[in-house]
Amino acid sequence: MKEVKKSIPKIDGIGLLKGRPAYTMDFAAKDSLVIKILRSPHAFARIKNIDTKKAEYLPNVKCVLTYKNVPRNIVTRAGQGYPEPSPHDKFILDEYVRYIGDEVAVVAAEDEETALKALKLIEVEYEVLEPVLDFEKAEGHKSIIHPEKECHEMFPIGFNPTKNIAAEYNMHYGDVDEVLKGCEYVVKKTYYTHAQAHVTMEPHCSYSYMDIHGRINIISSTQTPYHVRRIVAEALGIPIEKIRVVKPRIGGGYGGKQALHGEFYTALITSITGRPSKLEYTRQEVFESSYTRHPMKIDVTMGADKEGNIKAIDMHILSNTGAYAEHALTVFMVAGSKTLPLYNKAEAVRFGGKVVYTNHTPAGAYRGYGAIQGNFALESTVDELSKMCNMDPVDFRAKNMIREKETSPIFRIMGEGTEGVDMIVESCKLDYCLDRAKEICGYEYKKKNNKSSDKVRGIGCAIAMQGSGIPAIDMGSALIKLNDQGFFNLLVGATDIGTGSDTILAQIAAEGIGVGVDKIIVYSSDTDLTPFDCGAYASSTTYVSGNAVRKAALKMRDMIIEEGAKQLGCSAMDIEFDGNMIKTKDGKEITLKELSTNLFYSKNQKQLISCESFCGEVSPPPFLTAFAEVEVDTKTGKVDLVDYTVVVDCGTPINPALARVQVEGGIVQGIGMTLFEDVKYAENGKLLNSSFLTYRIPTRMDIGKINVEFAESYDPTGPYGAKSVGEIGIDTPPAAIANAIYNAVGVRITKLPIKAEDILKALKEKEK
Amino acid sequence: MKIFLKINKKDMEFDIKGSETVYDILKSINITSVRKSCDSGVCGLCTVLLNGKPIPSCSYLAAKADGGHITTIEAVEEEAEKFGRFMNEEGAVQCAYCTPGFVLTVMSMKDNLKNFDDESINKYLVGNLCRCSGYQGHLRAIKKYLGVAE
Repeated sequence: MKEVKKSIPKIDGIGLLKGRPAYTMDFAAKDSLVIKILRSPHAFARIKNIDTKKAEYLPNVKCVLTYKNVPRNIVTRAGQGYPEPSPHDKFILDEYVRYIGDEVAVVAAEDEETALKALKLIEVEYEVLEPVLDFEKAEGHKSIIHPEKECHEMFPIGFNPTKNIAAEYNMHYGDVDEVLKGCEYVVKKTYYTHAQAHVTMEPHCSYSYMDIHGRINIISSTQTPYHVRRIVAEALGIPIEKIRVVKPRIGGGYGGKQALHGEFYTALITSITGRPSKLEYTRQEVFESSYTRHPMKIDVTMGADKEGNIKAIDMHILSNTGAYAEHALTVFMVAGSKTLPLYNKAEAVRFGGKVVYTNHTPAGAYRGYGAIQGNFALESTVDELSKMCNMDPVDFRAKNMIREKETSPIFRIMGEGTEGVDMIVESCKLDYCLDRAKEICGYEYKKKNNKSSDKVRGIGCAIAMQGSGIPAIDMGSALIKLNDQGFFNLLVGATDIGTGSDTILAQIAAEGIGVGVDKIIVYSSDTDLTPFDCGAYASSTTYVSGNAVRKAALKMRDMIIEEGAKQLGCSAMDIEFDGNMIKTKDGKEITLKELSTNLFYSKNQKQLISCESFCGEVSPPPFLTAFAEVEVDTKTGKVDLVDYTVVVDCGTPINPALARVQVEGGIVQGIGMTLFEDVKYAENGKLLNSSFLTYRIPTRMDIGKINVEFAESYDPTGPYGAKSVGEIGIDTPPAAIANAIYNAVGVRITKLPIKAEDILKALKEKEK
Repeated sequence: MKIFLKINKKDMEFDIKGSETVYDILKSINITSVRKSCDSGVCGLCTVLLNGKPIPSCSYLAAKADGGHITTIEAVEEEAEKFGRFMNEEGAVQCAYCTPGFVLTVMSMKDNLKNFDDESINKYLVGNLCRCSGYQGHLRAIKKYLGVAE
């Protein structure tokens, strides 16, 4: 491997660092109409009357939209493949508003000042309805959040809007109740996970203009340009061929930009006015009116025999999807499907529950979705059970966890919204990861730290798995074009959202063709010009898009050899290609530069293009082992994270430096979620902390030391052995930190975020 | 009101409204590298240097900067690239929306900080938030750039 497993600099890194124009708003025309949105002050209401006349009278206002004058087509904004596993429950604008921050009206004006002034002149009379704000009371509440007759599921997902149920799912294998009865040790716990905000540094934004052919061009800060094209066409009721979507550089996504946010409005305003239009969310809008992570209540029962073998796991979840059900079913299912296979020797497993609507900011995709919630519950329970079995929690994991060449019935039973696929885990270095991480962090010594002072240190472990794309659903494709003088264009639909995927895909292409990465020019994410890709989500790009690139590169290599053979007058069998020279055994040769220039201008003229697609038959899980070391102040309950050590099996890291930063970045978001990030709502349903002053994300002073290492691993189905790495880093901090706190002071925290007051309270109760 | 600013070594005169910020001024002359994110002056993205010291341009009144010298990354590209190569080698340039402001603060830190130990570095840069990188790659790159890597 010459070009992969190599830390080359990100191809766009220096340009971005210098602040060159690269992001959506950098491309908005100066004469763009400025779009502003009037948002609901009520958690649940019906618009009785809306009068926009005064706003429209303002000379510089071009257009005011309300539910009365926009197309009424119900869609899901989730940004998933088709048919979506999320119910269709969202109109461009509706007479019902379902959370504080929901869209009431849209204004387009010549300038921002006028647009803001116009918002104030719109007169709305609301019929205020009783909101549903406690997700444990949502099912069967007298307020029905989606009374509209048009809302529907695309295939059975247990959708029952009359009971505020967005989705329901249940599965089992073995007889859980019976096996639990026979267990020597049984732990039963309830966990609560909370809403976390994505906090992308670039606010959600979209810009549209109409081209000379009357087509709407949308430049958007999105993770899913192809889904945006499809869903905008569906919502606006216009032919899909009238829309082009381009993703420029993106200022952070983490799942929050998988869905559509401003695209409906810029596309519609541009289609009505013919003018370019732009919409950039304010920071308050990003917090209140985009997405959060799904809060969940998770009940886990787990049983083991006398020898410490996990025999049964029962996981029951109630998930809160907020006002719209984007990713409702899938996030909830992943809480089981990306955690339960870790303990694949259990004889009986049951998983199920419901996802309910509430009148809160909608929940949506967020890095590690479902897995982080499920991991907190499962890995905390594993620690509890190990204690009951009188075993060291790390040894207990080693005894029960999944190993290479094993499988789990879960893979077959649970997919994302549908059935899963059967799979043998071809690469799993979890055993190495556990041993190595234990060694790096000094576990054996640190677990026995002196626990008697005011500031007590403790160490805790958690293991995790993810997937690599959604098998049999997610598809990526790549097109490679040979140019004169021997350089290549790599066109991919894959969506680099800052992760460096353009760079690692160039490395895979270079490796496949056999040339240097400097010969590969990448162009990505343009629905008119690049081949299809589902987008950047579900840890798919390296594995799914990467496999497509590898196939296209190998095909291009074959084409070069074939054309070289023709020009040298011999059989392709007799050709060797070293990336520069195409030569025969008997000494005839031509350089790639000469061959490609000949192909354009002088001999056997033709354009060489290879295009390949990939849709995974399996989704090989990356694995990770984490150890958190904390210091707990027993006088105040304050927790400081001292050290966080992980060892990751992501197969071959195509670019180890970029892979490492993916893991480090994920860990820090997970630490934020565990220790202080917390979306809070007032009693009336208003999101309280909608600024950086009140919603704190980790600074560089908050996180202690982070150690990341990779295991030597190779997945035979991955491009050059690679699996995914984008999400797995975020999965373990809640459980590892909670387990470390338990090791330090002997209290079990079951609710996120872990607050000093909860620890202090638990310590007081323990003293009693 | 009229103010004078030297922006990236060029003297300029502006006729401003009292509420205009340094950020507004920079946008009016099409400087793209300065970006806004938090709307509250705490994220560090809109950082520029005023007389060599970092300020949050989105909440710094232009009138207050009257007579001062503003530097954006466009004026220190060579040095930025020098540091940038270390950042890029570490994979620490991620979405990069925060990076220009962060790099300017690093430039200022290089001139103004006396001890380049981890804690002092992190403290100096604490106002520059990044949601992608987890900060570890930043620190590795900074230490190599300053020649203090272990």
